[in-house]
Amino acid sequence: MNKLIKAFTKDSAVVPFIAIVLGLLVGAVIMLIGGYDPLLAYRSLLDKVFGNPYDFGETLTAITPLVFTGLSVAFAFRTGLFNIGAEGQYIMGMTGATIIGVSLHLPWYIHAPLAVIVGALFGGCWGMIAGYLKAARGVNEVITTIMLNWIALHLANYIVNDYLLEPGKGRSYMVDPSADVTIGWLSRTLDDARIHWGMFFALLAVIFFYVFLWKTKQGYELRVVGHNPDAAKYAGINVNRGVVKAMFISGTLAGLAGVFQVLGVFLNQAVTASPTGHGFDGIAVALLGGNTPVGVLLGAILFGTLSYGAAGMSFGADVPPEIIRIVIGSVIFFVAAPGIIRWTIKRVFGKKRKGEVI
Amino acid sequence: MKKTTKIFTGLMLVASLALTACGAKNDNEGAASPIASPTATATESPAATGDTSGKDMKFSMVTDVGGVNDKSFNQSAWEGLQKLEKDTGASIKYLESKEAANYLTNINQFVRDQYNLTWGIGFLMGDAVKDAATKNPDAKLAIIDNVVDAPNVASITFAENEGSFLVGVVAGLTTKTNKIGFVGGIDIPVIKRFELGFEAGVKAVNPNAEVIKNYTGAFDKADLGKAAAASIYNDGADIIFHAAGGTGNGVFNEAKERLKAGKKVWVIGVDKDQSLEFGDDVTLTSMLKRVDEAVYRVSKDMIDGKFPAGVITTLGLKDNAVGLPETSSKNVSKEILDKVEEYKAKIISGEITVPTAQ
Repeated sequence: MNKLIKAFTKDSAVVPFIAIVLGLLVGAVIMLIGGYDPLLAYRSLLDKVFGNPYDFGETLTAITPLVFTGLSVAFAFRTGLFNIGAEGQYIMGMTGATIIGVSLHLPWYIHAPLAVIVGALFGGCWGMIAGYLKAARGVNEVITTIMLNWIALHLANYIVNDYLLEPGKGRSYMVDPSADVTIGWLSRTLDDARIHWGMFFALLAVIFFYVFLWKTKQGYELRVVGHNPDAAKYAGINVNRGVVKAMFISGTLAGLAGVFQVLGVFLNQAVTASPTGHGFDGIAVALLGGNTPVGVLLGAILFGTLSYGAAGMSFGADVPPEIIRIVIGSVIFFVAAPGIIRWTIKRVFGKKRKGEVI
Repeated sequence: MKKTTKIFTGLMLVASLALTACGAKNDNEGAASPIASPTATATESPAATGDTSGKDMKFSMVTDVGGVNDKSFNQSAWEGLQKLEKDTGASIKYLESKEAANYLTNINQFVRDQYNLTWGIGFLMGDAVKDAATKNPDAKLAIIDNVVDAPNVASITFAENEGSFLVGVVAGLTTKTNKIGFVGGIDIPVIKRFELGFEAGVKAVNPNAEVIKNYTGAFDKADLGKAAAASIYNDGADIIFHAAGGTGNGVFNEAKERLKAGKKVWVIGVDKDQSLEFGDDVTLTSMLKRVDEAVYRVSKDMIDGKFPAGVITTLGLKDNAVGLPETSSKNVSKEILDKVEEYKAKIISGEITVPTAQ
């Protein structure tokens, strides 16, 4: 039995690795068909990410929001909810942070934390709306969260446009310096890459995710609700309250992604026509990471690295952006479809394994 | 497991060999391959014609989220650089921005790589160009459609209101229903100039005509453009002028569908001569905005050592930087075009002041 488990874990460590390689191979074939040099392209991608301190720092900047939104979606998954609304909660988080950051002037030790907390609460409450509708009215959260994404987008545009707009700029006023959470000295050591405290909070969020769900009573209850709501009810757990609470925490996590984009990266909020996609990418990240905290972190690193490094492929190997999207898409596809890889492994290595003396 | 690793390494080796082989082959036929990107072919083939004083110089541009194939100003700017490459042998490159966070990182990529001049294409790039220019005082940058106050940035804006006035004259004299539509991208000063100039032109020749305005809030959403066009045509308009970049493609699609259904409607294109892209049957005329000329001219100035650093250049009718394309005569009658010339002369002489927006 022990040996069987060993084989299985061995497998699961190999699966994502093979998946990435397969994805890159398919991407390479596509680039060859398009007439581009795949080796040069991949080298350029790595170069873009690890080539110099600036780009390395910016890669971290690209990864950070994905960790948050990935955790947000994964948290909801763990409690049996499909939160497609991370995008909307992200936007509300941005808005909350911008409102506080732009309109108040306070000492930094109050201002920055206040902006972070208010933004997180905005995101959390936005998630809670869907949670409440599910608990009280039985409305499927998939529908409400999708709808709430658009409401959030246009509500945010309205707030920025009518109350916070810097004339002629198409964006809000800059956030007060006392509210920004950039890390000046670290940015300078990384050639002015936009490094901010959100990165450390992202790691804290990963730890929180694990401790809360697996080490506390409340987290245990939420997981039970996720596994089997009926059993949870029978065991005396308040399922409805659990749903609302789960959506609140999920929304808070997504909201934090937006908060740190505003306070750490952009320092303003632009009027935008469409969602940024970080919330939707969060779904992919959560799936990549198998809804485990460390998995989400790794998934976000992979996703962020690929999407930031993509510019390198364009710069270094002249691969047009359309083909880069196909390449990245194929990597994600293979990683997200472990079934295909397992099947392939079984076919290719299955016989060998039988003969192996374990 | 050992065997597995062995086989796997073997596979990898074979794969990489195959890839290198193909890559090398590709290098030889690169110039002949029809799919190879313009940059790829250019770097391989020597400059075809003209003087080659720009041979050692590198020019680059960063698009906004619309991408380089937006059939509008990003594409126009790229055509300007392509012309530069052909005429002077300068090497050129572009990077597309996938989201707002990439504006700065893409610009920095070029700046760090010691490009002689980097263009930020579009209003939205203002903050990023400003940031990069301040942190890299030795770098030379230029921006279209926005004003950046820095000693190493050339700001190019257009008097869109003047050119729009002229297409307004065409629309006002052509309409049969006395209802004319305007579809805008985001409500920012640049687009406002289109709207104000257009309306003034319509009213100048046809005071009874009504202009129905609709801002879609996006430059890259053809679906929104289509929906906006549908509602304006349904309101009885027979001509729509769009100033919405890629969103405007939807306006053309809607007009084409109506034409197929037997209803004659017109679209006035923007930025480029869009009759070449969408056909004479729906394109009445276009409001040319010679972004390509501006990009070409300023880049050429750079080669000649006359780069207008820190200068704001506004290009209008007198510079032939805005106006109607030659092809207009296909759909616009001689009398109307004469009227257009008349107004053009009046605007240049200052007899008519076209309303504008800051």
